[in-house]
Amino acid sequence: MSALVEIREVSKAFGGVQAVTRVSLDVTKGEIVSVIGPNGAGKTTVLNMVSGFYHPDTGRIALESRDVTDLAPSRIAELGVARTFQNIALFRGMTVLDNLMLGRHVHMKSGVLSSFLYWGLAQKEEVRHRRRVEDIIDFLKIQDLRTRPTGSLAYGLQKRVELGRALALDPKVLLLDEPMGGMNQEEKEDMARFILDVNEEWGTTIILIEHDMGVVMDISDRVAVLDMGQKIAEGTPDEVRANPAVIKAYLGEPKASAKEARRG
Amino acid sequence: MAELATLPRLLLRNARELRTRAAIREKDRGIWQSYSWEDYHAQVRDFALGLAALGFKRGDRLSVIGDNRPRLYWAQVAAQCLGGVSVPVYQDSIAKELAFVWNHADVSVIVAEDQEQIDKVLGLREQLSTLRYVIYDDPRGMLHYKHDWLKSFADVQALGREFGKTHGGYFDAAIEQGKADDLAFVCYTSGTTGNPKGAMITHANALETAKMAMSAEEFRVDDDYLAYLPMAWVGDAFYTLVMSLVVGFACNCPESPETVQRDLRELGPTLILAPPRIWENMLTAVQVKGADAPPLKRWVFDRFRGAAERAEILRSEGKPIPLGLRLAIALGEFFVYGPVRDQLGLRRARWALTGGAPLGPDTFRFFRSIGVNLKQVYGSTETTGLVSLQPSREANPTTAGRPCPGIEVKIADRGEVLVRSAGVFRGYLKNEEATREVIDPQGWFHTGDAGFIDPRGHLVIIDRAKDVGALADGTPFAPQFVENKLKFSPFIREAVAFGDQKPFVTAMIAIDMSTVGNWAERRSLAYTSYMDLSQKPEVRALIREEIRKCNETLPEAGKVRRFLLLTKDLEADDAEMTRTRKVRRRYVAEKYTPVTDAFYGGRDEVELATTITYEDGRQATLQSRVRVEDVEEAAVRG
Repeated sequence: MSALVEIREVSKAFGGVQAVTRVSLDVTKGEIVSVIGPNGAGKTTVLNMVSGFYHPDTGRIALESRDVTDLAPSRIAELGVARTFQNIALFRGMTVLDNLMLGRHVHMKSGVLSSFLYWGLAQKEEVRHRRRVEDIIDFLKIQDLRTRPTGSLAYGLQKRVELGRALALDPKVLLLDEPMGGMNQEEKEDMARFILDVNEEWGTTIILIEHDMGVVMDISDRVAVLDMGQKIAEGTPDEVRANPAVIKAYLGEPKASAKEARRG
Repeated sequence: MAELATLPRLLLRNARELRTRAAIREKDRGIWQSYSWEDYHAQVRDFALGLAALGFKRGDRLSVIGDNRPRLYWAQVAAQCLGGVSVPVYQDSIAKELAFVWNHADVSVIVAEDQEQIDKVLGLREQLSTLRYVIYDDPRGMLHYKHDWLKSFADVQALGREFGKTHGGYFDAAIEQGKADDLAFVCYTSGTTGNPKGAMITHANALETAKMAMSAEEFRVDDDYLAYLPMAWVGDAFYTLVMSLVVGFACNCPESPETVQRDLRELGPTLILAPPRIWENMLTAVQVKGADAPPLKRWVFDRFRGAAERAEILRSEGKPIPLGLRLAIALGEFFVYGPVRDQLGLRRARWALTGGAPLGPDTFRFFRSIGVNLKQVYGSTETTGLVSLQPSREANPTTAGRPCPGIEVKIADRGEVLVRSAGVFRGYLKNEEATREVIDPQGWFHTGDAGFIDPRGHLVIIDRAKDVGALADGTPFAPQFVENKLKFSPFIREAVAFGDQKPFVTAMIAIDMSTVGNWAERRSLAYTSYMDLSQKPEVRALIREEIRKCNETLPEAGKVRRFLLLTKDLEADDAEMTRTRKVRRRYVAEKYTPVTDAFYGGRDEVELATTITYEDGRQATLQSRVRVEDVEEAAVRG
C-alpha cells in the first residue's frame, strides 16, 4: 500500500540559509508520526511545505499519490490537510463556536446571497455543519466555552480550540505544530489523550512536531529526527531512542570535542 | 396503595398514565434531548433484561459512578426492577474509598459514565472480588478496551431485547415480585471518622418520605428539576429518582459540571435544591456584575436591592410594609428583581431549598428579597434526606424548619436531636453495632446533631452533638457554631475552631482564594499561589478584621482570640473533610497538633508540614512557617 503522504527529497533554502536538505518521509494512513529535532532543525519548514505554505525548491510532495507540491494552501486544505500553529492562530475576538464553524468553511457550498437569506438549502447546510461542530465540542469537552471569545481563554484551552478548528475540516491528515508547547503536565496529558482519541476514533493520520520527548515516545507510531535540516534517523520510538546519531544531536558530543567544535 | 409499593411499580404507572410527558432530559450536543415516561420505561426495561441476561439476580448490587446522566439513573431503576439494589458512589472519591465501598457492598455490576471512570474501575479490578461486569455509557476512547466483562450500555440493552424475545413477561414478573421492604439504595455516608457506612434505604423508606415531602411542600407533575448534585448523595437519589417517579415531574441533566450555571438559566427549573456554596457563588456573581455595571444601572440596582431587603426584614418580623416601599418593590420587580432572577435561572422557581450546612443570613435575605422562595431543609442519609422543612411563610436564616408531617422529632439529653418516622433507614449495611448505636429500641434515630425546638416549633441545629464541648471554665462551646459564623465572611472558605477544655477559643482559617485574590488584585497586591496569598500581612489584617466583626455576634467567652491562616485549603482528598465538605474534626485536630500547641502555648509562629494527597493517591509534603495572630492585641497596636 502506498503512503498517504509522501515527502520525497524536499529541500528549501531561505536566502543563504539551507533550512531543509533532501528530506524524505512516508506516512501511512492511520499513523501518528512525530518529527523531532533541536531548534532550527527545519521541522516547521517541513510541515509548512506539506500544508503548502512554502513550496520546496527541489523534491516532490504527494497526497494519496497525487502531486500537491505546487498547490496553494487553500487547495491542499480542500484535499483534507488541516493544521495547527506553533503560535496559536485563532480569531481572538470571535467565539469558540464561530472559530469552529469557520473551520467548516471548505465544506460550505452556499453562496453569499442564499446564506444571507438563510433559507432552504443554506439553512439545512448550516444545521448539518453545526451538528458536526457540536460533535467536536463534545469530543474536546469544551461545552462550557461555546460562547466565549477565544482571546479570553487560558492558553491550554486555546490550543484545544485550535485543534478543534483543525478537526472541523474533517481532515485526512492533521499537522500539529507543537500542540503541547507551553502547557503544564496536566494539559499535556489531556492533549495527548485527545490526539490519540482523534487517531483512534476517526482514523485521522497525524504528523506532529513536539519537544516533550515523553509525550512523543508515548503516542507516536514512528519518529523522524531532523538535525541541521537533514533527516538523521527514523523508526519506532524505541529504535530512535537507541540511535547514537540522535543522542549526539540532542546531547552534543563528549565534552572534549564540544570544546573543539567551539574553537573551530 | 399496595400496588405502588416500589419504585419500579411507579415507573410502570407513569409509563401507562403519563406516557409521552417528559420524564428526563439531558443536554447533549448543545440541545436538550427529551425522554418521555414511555421512553424511560423502555430504556429501563431493555437494560434490566440485559442485566438479567448477564445473570443479575434479586438482591444483587449495582453501582453507578459519573456525572448525572439519564443512563446512570435508568441503570439504578433497572437494578431495582430486578429486585437489586443501587449503590451510587461519589466520582471524586479516591481509589481507596471506592474499593472499600464496592467491596463492602458486594457490588457485582458497575455502570460508569465514561473512559475516565472506567480507568478508575480498571485500576481497582484486581481488588474487587465480587465485581462481574463493568458497563459504560459513553463509548469514546473505549475502542481498545477489550474484555468480555466490559460492555457498553447499548450492548447490554441489545442483549436485553434478545433476552426479552425468549423470556416474555420476565420484566413485569420481576417487578411483581418486588416488595416494599426490599432495599432500594445503599447510600454511603462519608463519615467524619473511619470508613464510610452504607445506609440501607428500602422502597418503603423512600416512598413514605416522599409522602411526607408532598404533605409539606407542593410538587406538580409539570415541574422541572435540575439534577446536578452528586448522584451518591441521598438528596439526589430522593429528588431525581424517588420524587420524580412518585410525582412524575421531569428531571434535567446538565451538559457538564462546568455548564450548570448556563443550563440552569436556559432551563429555568421550577424546583431547585442547592447547597449553601452554590447560593453564595450566585450572590457573588451578582455582586461582581453589579460592581462592573455603569453608574446609573448600579445606582438603580443598589436602591432597589436596599428597598427589597428592608421589605424582607419587615416581612420576616411580621410587620406591615409601608405603601411607599410596596410601590418601590413593585417597580423593582420590573426593573431589577425579575431580570436578576432571570439571569440566574430562578425566574420560574416556585421554591428553592438550601441544606447540608447553614447559609449566611445576608445571602439568605438577598435571595428572598429578590423574590426567590428560598427555604432551609434539614435531613440526613439515614432519614432518606428529609426531617424538617421551612413552610414558605416561615422562611428564615436560622432554623432548619418545621418537622414534616409524619416525622416525630424530640430532643434528648445533651441536646441531641432524635427522629422517628417511616423514613428512617433500616440500618447500616453489615454493621449491626453502628446501627444499634444510632437506632434505639424505641425506633428513634439519633441524628448526632445537637439542637433545640424554638417557640414557633421550628428545629434549630447548633452543631454535631459529640463536638459540643466546654471551655476550661465550663462555658459550653460548639465549634461549628463559631465556624459557621466565620464562614459567613466571603473571604473565609473554611474554618476550624478549637476550645474544648481550653481557656479560650481559637481558629484555623482557610481563605477563599477567589474573593481574597480579587481583593488583593484590586489593591495591586501581587501574589503567586494560595500559600503566598494566605501569608501576606495585608491578608492577615483583612481576616483579623473579619474575625473581629464575627466576634461582635458571639458571647464574650466564645469570642475567637487567636487565629492562623492555613497555607492550603482543607481538602477531602487529604481526608481533612468529608466529600460533603464537613470537617473531620478529630483527624484535623490530630494532624494540626502543632498549631493548637502554638495557639495555647502563646507562640507566634508554627512550623507546618502539610502532606497533600493528589487524586491518584500520590503524596507530597510542603514545609512552611506560619504566623499565629492575636485578634485583639493587634488591634491595640494597629
